[in-house]
Order: sequence, then structure tokens, then C-alpha cells
Amino acid sequence: MLPLEELKSVIQELLPGVPLDLEAGSLLVSSKDLITVCRCLKNTERFSLDYLANLTVVDYPPERMEVIYHFYSMLKKHGPVALKVKVEREKPSVPSVTPLWRGAEFQEREAYDLFGVVFEGHPDLRRILMWEGFKGHPMRKDYIVEDQDAVETLSP
Amino acid sequence: MDKGLQSELQKQGVYMTTWDQLVNWGRSNSIWPLQFGLACCAIEMIATAASRYDIARFGSEIFRASPRQADLMIVAGTVTKKMAPQVVRLYNQMAEPKYVISMGACATSGGPFHKGYNVLKGIDRFIPVDVYIPGCPPTPQALLEGLMRLQERIRSRSMASEVDSKKAEYAIPEFGEKGLKPHYNPEVWQPPKDSGQ
Repeated sequence: MLPLEELKSVIQELLPGVPLDLEAGSLLVSSKDLITVCRCLKNTERFSLDYLANLTVVDYPPERMEVIYHFYSMLKKHGPVALKVKVEREKPSVPSVTPLWRGAEFQEREAYDLFGVVFEGHPDLRRILMWEGFKGHPMRKDYIVEDQDAVETLSP
Repeated sequence: MDKGLQSELQKQGVYMTTWDQLVNWGRSNSIWPLQFGLACCAIEMIATAASRYDIARFGSEIFRASPRQADLMIVAGTVTKKMAPQVVRLYNQMAEPKYVISMGACATSGGPFHKGYNVLKGIDRFIPVDVYIPGCPPTPQALLEGLMRLQERIRSRSMASEVDSKKAEYAIPEFGEKGLKPHYNPEVWQPPKDSGQ
């Protein structure tokens, strides 16, 4: 695979006008350009990043969250390429990449379940690990775990 | 019955026993476990069942896939909040007399997930546990030790005097907004008095 700087310049040639940055070994894109960049990474013959290995979220309170994607190419036998999208913590939302990589479906559901990131355009966005009726997103840093020793008081 | 008299008679070829001893002999040597595992402890449980450790030496080799045919529930692994109602339901479906072994740190107290959001802090909050086995995971030897402790326990019981504090069924918890409702079954478990931390 290309070194990251070259990868960035190649993408910028292919997609003029899309702002790209590098941060800690990964490409940084804005959430509105995510689909354009992803489509380019997947469909450009030279990259052929046809496999989404991992999709995760990191919580940086008080303001920021990052959605992180790791891509590989089964065709070209190269990777990984890491892609990051910064979102605001209040109402985190990014476009879904499920139409491009079907494997993103459950990973996006997990990210939604545990972090509360909404993936727009996801075919079936609901909780996957926690049960229906669960309140909150437990992997967020400000999530308060219940006291299991507390005596249950009956609600009036 | 007097132990000395019993062994004297045995030397003469006369075998005498009590109903208690006979029944307990049968019960304690054919404890069929329920075949299910929840996490890595289950791997050790499988190893215990395999030829090297061979749980069959203690009459417990027949792991039953149906709770209706099982005597012993080995809670082998992390009980998540999402799994807990099913575990209690399986216990309820087992025929009496039934026994529970809590295998490993997770099943006993939540173990390394004690402060987590998704793990039940011990299955003894909802069903009565006979034997706790420490370890993470416990070795097959430890599980066999636990099984032998359970056998001792069964043998020491007398049918006539037996007042079983266990019920056949316990309430199945429901899912709440953050965890199980209720957090524990007060019939079975109470928080330690100084758990204020």
C-alpha cells in the first residue's frame, strides 16, 4: 500500500475539492465527504479497499467523538488504511457505509448501541448488544453504571 | 446406624444400610450436569469432561442438553445481565433435587467485570448456589474438587430431617433501563451490611 502522504495526494488528485488531513497515522475526513472518499477508496482500481475490517468509535469528552474505519484489500493484499471522522458529542451522526460494505451493518449497530452515534442511511439501526428498552450508551465515558447492590424501590 | 456395627457385619458378609445412605449413594454418584457454558470457564469444564481429567470417574459424565434431565447446573462463566433471566429460567426447569455450582470468579462475583455495565455480580443473586469454585478460570482439578464437595454435601443429608430451604422455582428478573429488575432476589441474597463504599 502507498505511504499515507502519497495516498492522501492521490485521493486529492482524484477528488479535487475534498479536504483531507492526516492525523496519527490515519486519514481524516469530514462527515459530509465520508461517502465520497469511501467510494473512491473502494472503487478506484489502485486501492480496491474491498474489506471493512473494523468500525469503532472513541469518546473524547466533553465535545468530540471519533468514528474510525479500518480497511483492507482482499484483491490487492494490502492494508490497513485507517480513516477517521470527527463528530460532535452532543448529536453524533455520520452517513452509513453499509451500502458500500455490507459488513458494516452490525458494526454500525454496535457503535450506535454503545456510543449513540447515528448512522444515517443504515437499513436497520437499532440496538444489537443491549436489550430493547435499555437507556443510554454504556461505552460513553460519562455513563454512570447502576448500583447492583441498591435495594429496588417500587416506583409509585 | 452405628458405623462400627455396620463394618463388623460387613466382615461377616451381612450388608446393612439405611434408606438415606442408599439414596444418597445413588444421588451423589450420578449427578448429571446441564450442558451449557457461558464463557471461558466452559472450556475448562469441557476439559474436565474429556479423557485426561475424566469427570466420568465421579459419575457426572452425562452432560444433558435438556434441563429436564439434569441434576446439576454448572454456571461456567460470565453471567451477563442479558443472559441472567435465561439462566434462572433453566434452573426453574430442572427437576428436583437440583444443585448449582458457581464456577469461577465471574459466576461468583462478576470477576474482572465487577464494575462493568453488562455483567451480573454473581449468579447467587437469583438462584441458590451449593458450591463456589474460585479461579479465573478454575482448573479441571478445581472443578472436580468442587464436584466432590457437592457429593459430600449430598451424602451428609438425611431425608427424614431434610428441611430444604431451596424452592423449586425462583423469580425471573426482567430487563430495566440500566440493568435487571430487581437487582437481586432478597429470598436468596442480601447485600453485605457494609457495602456502602
